[in-house]
This record gives sequence, C-alpha cells and structure tokens, in this order.
Amino acid sequence: MLNVTQLTKIFGQTKAVSDATFEVGLGELICLLGPSGCGKSTLLRMIAGLTPADGGQIAIDGQDMTARQANRRPTAMVFQSHALWNHMSVAQNVSFGLRVQGLPKAVIADKVAAALTLVGLDGFAKRRPTELSGGQAQRVALARCLVVEPKVLLMDEPFSALDAHLRANLREELKSLQRRLQLTTIFVTHDQEEAMELADRIVVMHAGVIEQIGPPGELYLNPQTLTVARFIGQMNEATVTLCGGRADWLGQPVSIAAPDGLVTLLCRPEDMHPGSAGIPGRIARVIDLGPMLRVSVATAEGATLTWLCSRDVNPQPGAAIRLRATRLLAFHDGRRIGGRRIGTAQPLMELRQMESVTP
Amino acid sequence: MSFLRRAPLGGILLLSVMAVLMVGPILTVVVWAFAEKWRYPNLLPTVWGLKYWYVMLGRDTVINPIVTSIALTTVATSLAALICWPAAYAFARLRFPGRQVFLFSFVAAQAVPKFALFVSIAVVFLRLDLIGTFWGVVFVQMLSAMLVMIWIPAAAFRGIPPALEEAGFDLGASRLRVFLLITLPQAMPALAASYVLAYVGILFEVDSALLIGAPQITTMPLVLLSSASQVIVQEAAVLCVMIWVPCFAVLLLTRRFMSSKGIAQGFGA
Repeated sequence: MLNVTQLTKIFGQTKAVSDATFEVGLGELICLLGPSGCGKSTLLRMIAGLTPADGGQIAIDGQDMTARQANRRPTAMVFQSHALWNHMSVAQNVSFGLRVQGLPKAVIADKVAAALTLVGLDGFAKRRPTELSGGQAQRVALARCLVVEPKVLLMDEPFSALDAHLRANLREELKSLQRRLQLTTIFVTHDQEEAMELADRIVVMHAGVIEQIGPPGELYLNPQTLTVARFIGQMNEATVTLCGGRADWLGQPVSIAAPDGLVTLLCRPEDMHPGSAGIPGRIARVIDLGPMLRVSVATAEGATLTWLCSRDVNPQPGAAIRLRATRLLAFHDGRRIGGRRIGTAQPLMELRQMESVTP
Repeated sequence: MSFLRRAPLGGILLLSVMAVLMVGPILTVVVWAFAEKWRYPNLLPTVWGLKYWYVMLGRDTVINPIVTSIALTTVATSLAALICWPAAYAFARLRFPGRQVFLFSFVAAQAVPKFALFVSIAVVFLRLDLIGTFWGVVFVQMLSAMLVMIWIPAAAFRGIPPALEEAGFDLGASRLRVFLLITLPQAMPALAASYVLAYVGILFEVDSALLIGAPQITTMPLVLLSSASQVIVQEAAVLCVMIWVPCFAVLLLTRRFMSSKGIAQGFGA
C-alpha cells in the first residue's frame, strides 16, 4: 500500500531522518513513536509532501510519489493545532477539499453531511471554528480529511493538546472509525500509551533513525535496542561487566553468552518477584497506582529497584525483602544480546542458563 | 447601558475626556461649516445655512482638486496594494538574501525628511518629463505608502500559522488558491487597516503634490493650505468637511468587508 524506502531529510548539519524504510498495509494503523525532535513529524511531513525529501522514495499503491507536491498526493493530514480556517464555517472547512476538486454542489453537500455524521458532529455545519471545543475542532479537522477519501490518512499528534480523559475517548473513537472504514493511517505521537492502544504496528524512532518496527506487545516484550526498551514502559536498569560470560548483578551471579565487556541489564518492574532467595533490600516507598502498587526497594549496594506488585501483597515501608527477576534483558552497545523468560518459581541463579537471542 | 453600570467611574471619566478631545474639534469644524453667522458670546451659530457650501461647490478651484485628490489617492493606494501586499507576503514567508536589509530600507526611507527625498525625486522627474503629471504624483505617493503597506501586512502574514496554508495545500488546492482562499481572508483585517492608513496618509499629503504636481496638479490639501491664509472660517470648514467625505467612504467600504472588530484587530487592538 504505502512503501517508504530509505527516506532521508537533512537540516543543515543534522540528519533529521535517515534512511527510514517501512511499509504500511491496506487498512493498517501505524504509529510513529518517539521523543520530541526524533524526526517522526518530519517523516510524516515528507510522506504528505509538505517537506521535500533529500533522498529515498515514497510509493503509494506502487506509484512513485516522491516528486509530487502535497496537493497532488492521495494523502490528507490532521494537524496538531487542528489548523481549521476560522473565516469559514464548519461546513465550509469540511467541504474545502471537494470544492477544490470542483464537484457539483449537491454532491458536496451530501458528502459533507455524511462526514460530519461520521465524526458525530451533526448539526454543527453552520458553526464557526471559534465556537468549538478542542475535541470538536479536532473532529472537524478529521472530517475535513475523511471527506476527500484519502488513500493514506496522516495524523500529526492530533490529540496532544487535549486533556487526558478526552484524549482517551477520541482515541477509542478514532480506532473504531479507522477499523470500520479500513483507513490506512499513520499516526505520529510521543505518548507510548497512545501508540500501544491505537497501533497495529509501532515504528519507534530515535534521533532520526528507526529503532524497531513491530506490534505493541512485541516491542514491549522484546525490545531490540536499549532506546526502545527505555522508551516503552518502565525498566530497572543496571550496567555490569561481563567477564567469561559471567557478571554480578547486585550480588547475584548472571551468565550471558556474549563477548566480554560492559553489558546493560534491564528488568521490568512486573518481572520482579519476592522470595526467599534474591537481591536483599528494604522497602523505601509504596506508591498506590490504583490497580497495582509501585514499590521502591533500596538494596544494600545503594541501588533502587522498582517492583510492581498486586494490592493484596500489602508491602510495608521499612520491611526487609528479597527480590528476584524472572525475566532479564541484556544489551551491549545499545543492541540486544540476550534475554529469556524463566519460570516464576525458579530463583535468579538460573539466569545462568540464559541464552543469546541475537548475537 | 449595562456596561456603564459596571464600568468604574475613572474609566467613564477618561472616556468622556477622550471623547471631548477627539470629537470636540471635529464637531466645531462641522458646526462652522453650516454656520452663516456665529459670533461670541453665542454658544451656537445664530444663522444656520448652506451658503458657504454653495460658494465652495461653485468654484472650479475647489471641485477640480477634490476630483483630482480622490482619483490620485485611489489609484496610488490601490497600485501600492497590488505591489506591496504580495511583497509583504514574500517578506513574511520566504527566506531570501538581503531580506532584513530590504525590510529595513523602508523605514530608512521614512527617516529621511520627506521633503528632501521629494526634491531629489523631482530632479529625476524633471529629466523624465514627469513633473506636473498625474502619474508622476501617483508614483511619489505610492512611495510614501510603501511602509504602511508592507510592514502591517507582513506582520499579519507572519501571524498566520503555516499549518493553515499547509492544510489547504494538502487537501489539493494550488498555491495560488491557498493564497486567495485562505491566506488573504485570514490577513484581511490587517490588509484593510493598512489600506485605510495609506489612503488617509496619501489624501492629506502635501509635499509631493506641491513639489511634483504643482501647478498642473492641485490637490485638496493644497487648496486647504491656501485657504488657511484667507480669513473666512466657514470656507475652510467646508473644505475640511469635504475632505473627510472620501475618508469616511473608504472606512465604510472596508467595513463592508469585515466587522469593525476586524479593523480594530488590524490596527493591533
């Protein structure tokens, strides 16, 4: 459907996007996820044709789009600022793309009415954009794009200016609308929760480079780079020195099949479990997250471990505890070198059997 | 009048003082224009009438300059708009070498006493046979409108978020269409404000008409100046009221394009 090949953008000395390559299937929703300034918006704007690419190719349905101007591409974009024209009514905003195409008035009126119904804004046609709430304005912006029936819908952090509750609602609506209409969509966000909830697949970007592409669960469980692991979800992190395939993590021996050197070990808070063996420490703080408790444990070495536990465990601050990790990820030079899920009943020592996943 | 009840006393006082200061002199002139006899200590004229209007309107030396002034000002302002507004857009949106210098040069030209500037232009115009011609005066007046016609619209264009234009371009409109359907209407209040400012400025401009136009081209302000030396107050008053008419007409016209709120916004309110 949409193929992006080695797309590159250079601003002065810096590569804003370098060699971005990915494909989007028909009806698929892809999220471009990354911290601000990682190049995700630039990548989206290149696909829209609003920013010229310095290298690479964009093809939609096999047709090369790279040299085409934005107004000749079958894409439509929803902007972060909604970018509605306040000198036009809602209906005039939505009908703009159709009027430009020179369609008959009756056809335009029908399509505009249908688009407004689709986004749940019946009866808003005569309003001015200044009379709309933030959420309504973004719905109009979406209707304005949907009405031209783009092959690819592009969304540049469309909900980031809205409050959390409204954002969650709009996200759900967008997802069901996207499924129903089989809209091929690229959604840019810096909010990993938003990406996890919306995306069929997530493209994680950092410093202009695509770090990893995969379904949300895959990125969470098997991050391939340190950047992805750190960006998505929470991690306990420690740097250890690997010597002869062995290392020491807070007094616990760990074995990893990798060349000697510095290795970063990561463990998710929910993969920590209390037991008779494991890293000794004292509970420093308990934060009630509602469904779960987040517990900070201070170890004898002076490190702090985060442990996510269920409410009925009822940990008390000051109490002594031993924590073991049931799943560790190992990274060398920012790349994944090992990681293995081990049975929850087994003690940490058995991590010695950990195999190398990607050498 | 609910706002009066809520407004603080100081505010009402200030407003009244300002109203007297601004409207007072205008009102006096208007009253003078319709007064046939008005002597101290009467608060209002003792004889009202249109006598001096007939006198003034009967003179070719008055009617012709009015027509000339309106024609000159309208042509000069409109031409300036045609040239300056796209230039203002370029200054606001495009990055080209010498942009800052160019933009600043418009202020620099205003810093030089206009009279000196016009003298040097007059020297050139003498060679080109433009002295005493309609288009010679139009050209010079356009120059004096440049600053207002470029700086105000450029600021307005800069204030339009690029995403507004990109959204239109993205939905299939050509660059020209985006400019006409989106950029221009968004900037309209400021453009109208710059038009009014330039129009009024040109209408009351004396130097250029005096140096470049005289004696063939005589404008209203020139007539006003020469009538100032005459003692008949009513004649000057009638002239003053007459010269306001085109100004009001322009203001009313621009009002047709937008609300008064829009114009105020254009002026920075």
